[in-house]
Amino acid sequence: MIMGSNMAECHPVAFRWVMKAKETGAKLMHVDPRFTRTSAMADIHAPIRAGTDIVFLGALVTYIIGSEKWNSDPFYKEYVVNFSNAATLISGDYQAPDDLDGLFSGFDPNAKRYDVKSWGYQREEALVKPTGEEKTYAEMVAARVPGRPKTDPTLQDPQTVFQILKRHYARYTPEMVENVCGCPKEKFIQVAETLLANSGRERTGAIVYAVGWTQHTVGVQFIRTAGIVQVLLGNAGRPGGGILALRGHATIQGSTDIPTLYHSWSGYINAADARKSHETLKDFIVTETVPTAFWSNTPKFVVSLLKAWFGDAATPENDFGYNSLPKITGDHSHMPMFVLMNQGGIKGFIAIGQNPAVGGQNAEFQRQSLGKLEWMVVRDYFETETAAFWKRPGVDPKTIPTEVFFLPAAHVAEGTGTFTNTQRLLQQHDKAVDPPDEARTDQWFTYHLGRRLKELYQGSTRPRDWPIQNLYWDYLNEAENAAWRIKDEPSADLIMREVNGYTWADKKLVPGFTALQDDGSTACGCWIYSGVYPAEGQNRAAQREADEWVSPKWGFAWPANRHIMYSRASADAAGNPWSERKKYTYWDSSKDSGAKDANGNPIIGAWVNVAGDAIDFPITKKPTATAKGGAEGVGLNFHDGASPAIMKADGKFWLFAPSGAVDGPLPTHYEPYESPVTNPVYKQQRNPVAKTWGVKGNPYHEMADAAKYPIVVSTYRLTEHYLSGTMSRWLPWLAELMPELFVEMSPELADEKSVHNGDWVTVVTARGEVEGRALVTRRMRPFTINGQTVHEIGIPWHWGYQGLASGDVTNDISALVGDPNVSIHEGKVFSCDLRAGHRSAPAPELHQKLLAQQTDSEMTLASLQCNDSLGEVCNA
Amino acid sequence: MPKGMFVDTSICIGCKACQVACKEWNALGEEPEHFDYAGGLPVKAKNFTGNSYDNTGALSATNWRHVRFIERGSSLEGNMAWYMMSDSCKHCAQAGCLEVCPTHALMRTDLGNVVVQQDVCNGCRACIGACPYGVISYNKQTGRVNKCTLCDDRIQMGLETACAKACPTDSIVFGEVDQLRVTARQRVQTLKQLGFAKAQLYGDTDVLGGLNVFYLLLDEPEVYGQPRNPQLPQRNLVPGSVWSIGAALLLGLSTLVAFRGRGVRNNGAAGKEA
Repeated sequence: MIMGSNMAECHPVAFRWVMKAKETGAKLMHVDPRFTRTSAMADIHAPIRAGTDIVFLGALVTYIIGSEKWNSDPFYKEYVVNFSNAATLISGDYQAPDDLDGLFSGFDPNAKRYDVKSWGYQREEALVKPTGEEKTYAEMVAARVPGRPKTDPTLQDPQTVFQILKRHYARYTPEMVENVCGCPKEKFIQVAETLLANSGRERTGAIVYAVGWTQHTVGVQFIRTAGIVQVLLGNAGRPGGGILALRGHATIQGSTDIPTLYHSWSGYINAADARKSHETLKDFIVTETVPTAFWSNTPKFVVSLLKAWFGDAATPENDFGYNSLPKITGDHSHMPMFVLMNQGGIKGFIAIGQNPAVGGQNAEFQRQSLGKLEWMVVRDYFETETAAFWKRPGVDPKTIPTEVFFLPAAHVAEGTGTFTNTQRLLQQHDKAVDPPDEARTDQWFTYHLGRRLKELYQGSTRPRDWPIQNLYWDYLNEAENAAWRIKDEPSADLIMREVNGYTWADKKLVPGFTALQDDGSTACGCWIYSGVYPAEGQNRAAQREADEWVSPKWGFAWPANRHIMYSRASADAAGNPWSERKKYTYWDSSKDSGAKDANGNPIIGAWVNVAGDAIDFPITKKPTATAKGGAEGVGLNFHDGASPAIMKADGKFWLFAPSGAVDGPLPTHYEPYESPVTNPVYKQQRNPVAKTWGVKGNPYHEMADAAKYPIVVSTYRLTEHYLSGTMSRWLPWLAELMPELFVEMSPELADEKSVHNGDWVTVVTARGEVEGRALVTRRMRPFTINGQTVHEIGIPWHWGYQGLASGDVTNDISALVGDPNVSIHEGKVFSCDLRAGHRSAPAPELHQKLLAQQTDSEMTLASLQCNDSLGEVCNA
Repeated sequence: MPKGMFVDTSICIGCKACQVACKEWNALGEEPEHFDYAGGLPVKAKNFTGNSYDNTGALSATNWRHVRFIERGSSLEGNMAWYMMSDSCKHCAQAGCLEVCPTHALMRTDLGNVVVQQDVCNGCRACIGACPYGVISYNKQTGRVNKCTLCDDRIQMGLETACAKACPTDSIVFGEVDQLRVTARQRVQTLKQLGFAKAQLYGDTDVLGGLNVFYLLLDEPEVYGQPRNPQLPQRNLVPGSVWSIGAALLLGLSTLVAFRGRGVRNNGAAGKEA
């Protein structure tokens, strides 16, 4: 089931594998408001109104657990009771949206934030407590092992996760799907029956999603619902099952693994945060380490990371340089950064392979923000809209003080590096040719920028300059550059070694993250990548040996080359494969594990994998192993032998999320932030903790505006162009494939607006106007929601004022509003109006008009409130 | 054994990688009509057609792959279909262009593909009318015609065509035509079993002696803009000539008969008066 994704158009090469699956009999379903090139390949297309995915998926939950198959085939209960937290008891203080008009217990309406305590597990008394006497990190972690969660394996107790889940989705029925999503009941049932038919011991099904799910104010919750569905169906950790999260660009997976994200350190460790108990390294470790999961090793990953950053300058005495590190103080992600920039709070900006002038929400707002900078550096292949913002249509360059530097970037074939793609696979690509003239790779730029900064800061005595001064920055290997024109290119090989990790003293590569230490003897740039380069001459990212199935010798899948995570779940509670057909990881009681016990005798009994995939479950841990508690229950010892999810504190797949999501433990339908439809499911209209910025220039549509902006709009991508068009609209043979911006609409809407195919139309929101050519097509359709007709249009967002294929910037009409967990913008659904004809004025002029109109009294109280969950950036 | 391509439109996702790969490998450049130019360089693309996702429109001397998009049915009625077909030269076993070329610029190589030798073609354009598919086209800049060569420079070296290599779903497969036909026929059966009642091959041995680039379609050829039973104009040469000459003779004889009487009458009148 492909949902929240247009895989054939946006991931055409990966879609190859979907087509191969179809050839061997797999059923393909596409759930989407539009009929796209993916739908054309699907066996079933289920149309839904944009933003109503939780209703559809929630109704799947109810359908599945109410079905005859789920209740009569013992597989499902065995899988769910053993491998998920279905049996866990939740706090008696928990109250559900059905009790509270759509809110969960713990909501603070003033802070616009949830206190998650009432969502927590009921627990036994903890067997240990920290005394403050603990010396080593290991001791500190062991002292914090919590009490065991209480469970009812019969699933009868009303406080079990299972019963709470059942009650929560009881109202989500096929009828609700028809009324709220606008999807015919029969279509929904077809999808549900297909998923059920392809589950169980002998069959599995996969769910695929992309930014059609993430770019919503309830994006994380969409994905959570899919997770619940997959666990209920027994698809997690099994071949052909699971959830494939399609990332948005090549190697954006890599750019969150070794992050360009403000809130994350390598390997998904939270960044040091001034608002948390992160004062010292000890505080950080104690606060961040989850004692009863594989994360209990966090101290080793953190210290090794600090050692990689500061090398010899990182010592136990100075807490490995931790105290000198800057700490985050709020949400520093893209949207609030541009709000701050708009207010003059940011002096300089470096845009590397990024084009916010087109890709940013409320794009004219973002272009105006760029005009408040003192300086900006843009690195790209072409003079992007961001690089040229100061001479865009409707603007007099003389009015813009920003000094803009445009540096040419090298192309991917002009440097050596790795891509980490959507299935966590690292693949190296080698330099084929030197970049021309002064174009340079991103690593060349970053390396030399760091080198020059270090030189500039050399004499400083300010403590805040310690990190730059002491950065370990030895990445040149001149021998590698001998054959090339550019002699000062940093060595991808040296960088890879550091990423893999080595013992510091001798720089000997470590075989994997289990070799990392918390005493400064090892350095590792990214613990989840450790093992990619385990020994001399063994760069596994560069290996290219394929087989007919998992191909473990092709590239390296983090962590530890595990292709399917949590594959313990592909065997039953006793460790036997669920079926011969779906055999993957299972317990072989007679196998010599290769390990020896204390007396030197071989340990017999091990988990094995039929495809040569790496297993993330402890190899010699028996399927019937009992769980330990107290000081003995550190890490995976806390989990019993039937706990596949080694990274979760209780080892189980979470149907109910007691923590981790700030907007609720169970996904709940809220309407998109802007919607012409009053939430038919709960009184609470929108996500109560959605991130908003009620600043001038960023007005939202409230429910009172529904008549003014009655049309639902979605923005998306096409195969022919790349994101903001920076790589495609400049090439003639790509520009001519999709030369102009268009607006897809149904014949019904076209009739209503007296628009013919090919006519110019203008789409209008409170933020601005965008003009494009009408593409009237039967692939778009109106929806009937609770008896009312709701029209939907779709607009690709690739165009801008530069390049050979130029056009309006679609994002001129979207707003700065986002998901509260991860600050991703809600670009997939908002409201608008449409009229025949051209735009009334260029974007800068429209924006000035908007600012003039927006007196404080005109902005509603709701939109004046800034809520970025930490309330930092909002001075309106 | 002729080489060719099997194009399975049932797994074509309309990505146009084939179009772009072809342009890049053959250094064909952009379509001049698609752009405004300044200083000899393209500055603005202006070829939006409003015809589904097809802004290419047609094959030309510098565009040798053209993905067609055919929308059928309605999303509102739940019977929407969107056919995608990557059109190109069919390298017909009975190639109309080849047959009429007066200079033998058009030739068939030992691999069965039909190519235009650019240094021989004189731009007479006789071939354009002879192609039932509108493939071969005139290039105003070079004064010659051109079309898909089946990547002659690649396949003569044992490589596959650029479009086949680029196609992400293996919708385009290059190989021995006889072997491709075996796979293709099996695929039609599979699709029929899956409920695609109208799945059919186009260009198996029945069309123009067989097309070396042949297709699997999910509906009738007309739906894809292909002639069901294409005829080569020159096949009509003998009957056409017989009819033309016969008609000319008949017309000539009728004229003679019609005006014969008038001449005699005039002469008679003149004789009587004199």
